[in-house]
Amino acid sequence: MGKTLFEKIWDQHVIVEREDGDVLLYIDRHLTHDMHFRAFRTLTANGQTLREPDKLFGVPDHSVPTTAKTVADIPPGEMREAVEGLAEAAEKLGFTHYSMTDDRHGIVHVVGPEQGITLPGLTLVCGDSHTSTHGALGCIAFGIGTTEVQHVMATQALWQRKPQMMRITVTGELGFGVTGKDLILAIIAKIGTAGGTGYAIEFAGSAIDALSMEGRMTLCNMAIEAGARSGIIAPDDKTIAYCKGRPHAPTGQAWDQAVAYWQTLHSDPDAVFDAEVTLDGNEIAPMVTWGNSPQWALPVTAVIPDPAQEADPLLRAEMEASIDYMKLAPGMAFSDISVDTVFIGACTNSRIEDMRAAAAVAKGRQAKVRTLVVPGSGLVKKQAEAEGLDRIFIDAGMEWLEPGCSMCIAVNGDMLQPGQRSASTSNRNFRGRQGPGSRTHLVSPAMAAAAAVTGHFIDVRTLGPSQ
Amino acid sequence: MSTSQKKLQPFTTFAGVGVPIDIPNCDTDQIIPARFLRRAVEDPDYARFLLHDLRFNEDGSEKDFVFNRPGYREGKIFVADINWGCGSSRENAANALDANGIRCVIAPSFGDIHYTNCIKNGILPVRLPAEDCARLRAQLRESPGAELAVDLESQSVTGPDQQNYAFEIKPFDKQRLMQGLDEVGLTLEFDNQIKNFAKDYSRRFAWASVSR
Repeated sequence: MGKTLFEKIWDQHVIVEREDGDVLLYIDRHLTHDMHFRAFRTLTANGQTLREPDKLFGVPDHSVPTTAKTVADIPPGEMREAVEGLAEAAEKLGFTHYSMTDDRHGIVHVVGPEQGITLPGLTLVCGDSHTSTHGALGCIAFGIGTTEVQHVMATQALWQRKPQMMRITVTGELGFGVTGKDLILAIIAKIGTAGGTGYAIEFAGSAIDALSMEGRMTLCNMAIEAGARSGIIAPDDKTIAYCKGRPHAPTGQAWDQAVAYWQTLHSDPDAVFDAEVTLDGNEIAPMVTWGNSPQWALPVTAVIPDPAQEADPLLRAEMEASIDYMKLAPGMAFSDISVDTVFIGACTNSRIEDMRAAAAVAKGRQAKVRTLVVPGSGLVKKQAEAEGLDRIFIDAGMEWLEPGCSMCIAVNGDMLQPGQRSASTSNRNFRGRQGPGSRTHLVSPAMAAAAAVTGHFIDVRTLGPSQ
Repeated sequence: MSTSQKKLQPFTTFAGVGVPIDIPNCDTDQIIPARFLRRAVEDPDYARFLLHDLRFNEDGSEKDFVFNRPGYREGKIFVADINWGCGSSRENAANALDANGIRCVIAPSFGDIHYTNCIKNGILPVRLPAEDCARLRAQLRESPGAELAVDLESQSVTGPDQQNYAFEIKPFDKQRLMQGLDEVGLTLEFDNQIKNFAKDYSRRFAWASVSR
């Protein structure tokens, strides 16, 4: 029987297998950010140390104010302590750390692939659910809790049970104005926010093949919003070209060996998946979420649904609760929903392609509401500035800010006021996610920019060429 | 390398007041809002962070939420709805349950990462069919203060009406909870295997070592 892509990588990392099927899995790369101080503290308190310090990489992202260029710019308090704590741990334990003044710093899930830390065929973990992002490069990558973070630090391994295998095949091609973000929202709307729970999802099909690496990262980033701890896409020529020459990618003979191995990393034709889902890429439109779970997403051309039409009483109750919290009404058109703030950024959509997509819409237009544009890393920021995208945003009246997680999780000072509504390129529209009482609608960067320049949701495909 | 083991309180049997949480897909942002994630778990206010924004107004006064109501305030077992603890990997969600002495959550399904985090913190996550969870929640709504009992050894939950419900749990997770194992200590019993594996792995996959 053939193996899936995931199984091929998994099998190469099994150190010990217990009779009950749990395995001790070897971990190739471990990423950390400023919210894992408890793991460092416990590690030290237990007299343990890093087993393989060269495999741990740290970067502050959650607690970094987007107006701060250095640690000294962060007001004294818990944000600063978190950022300083990570730097101190790196110094003491001897792992690589990209400080705020280093261009290589940014959101951990942007930095990993950018620096060649993330490579096909590896196992990669981080104490952050959006670690699924890295699977876009063809590796097994998943989020873990703080106790597991400490465990990996001390042992370079994790006890795991192999997940079930799900393949989501997207046929056809995505139309004009439709992005990886719209695709993943459509997928979650179809399978539900728990549809992938217990599974590793492999994304495949012509529409996936056609996605850029950035688009694939957006897709895998939100695998967790469908419940799956990991998403994975088979490495292809695009993946190999993306990895080549990155600072921590192999070189010379090692590179050739790597590429030869990566070319074997695809699901065999006779591999068995526990679940298969198929979507037609041609049918997908730009998406907007309207409720408090990413599964409540609809094409921008649709209207807010009527819970009364829902037969399942549980779903109906959840829909009613969302509509109430989000202050919407059944039958409302998305274009009738005004926003107070637009957030373009987060590990979902803060890479150069995302900046370009937002700038293409913003060019020559004026933002009608507060708009934060937060690049995913110092290198994305530099690249965007080299392309003049910063001028486009600033001329449009938008804020061009320093890299970090910013208003996705709203623990760096960037947040909505109670009752405010955002169009956001982040990954979670949970109640209060962007501040207590905040109302979040998830969209693509182009859709977010379109909401910024009109003040309400609008089908970006109808906006016409920029002025 | 030290193998000092910080033991968790072993889980054998547990009984306490049940609290019905009628929220499907209750994500970990609801269980503990992100603005509390940098607070030390030793913080005397930590218990308040659990379901904070569902329980408290901005001025700190209480909202009308089940966990605030008489009969449920001392609740020690949550009976939740589908996909409890989906979303963020924040282990603080398990810490906030622990700070309230909640050592068992019963739900039809759990977010994968939160499920693991519960196990690592000595909290038993019990998966029961959705109908059974709904029945238990209905009984708890009707009788505030009603108790549930859990026996991990025999893998069974006893409802307020003394009905028993069997549940499944992975043998290793059961062992972890019953012995209150510190996992690093346990894993380091395989120290030689890890060493040998790493050596062999770096030979087979030389390209996978970190290039500088």
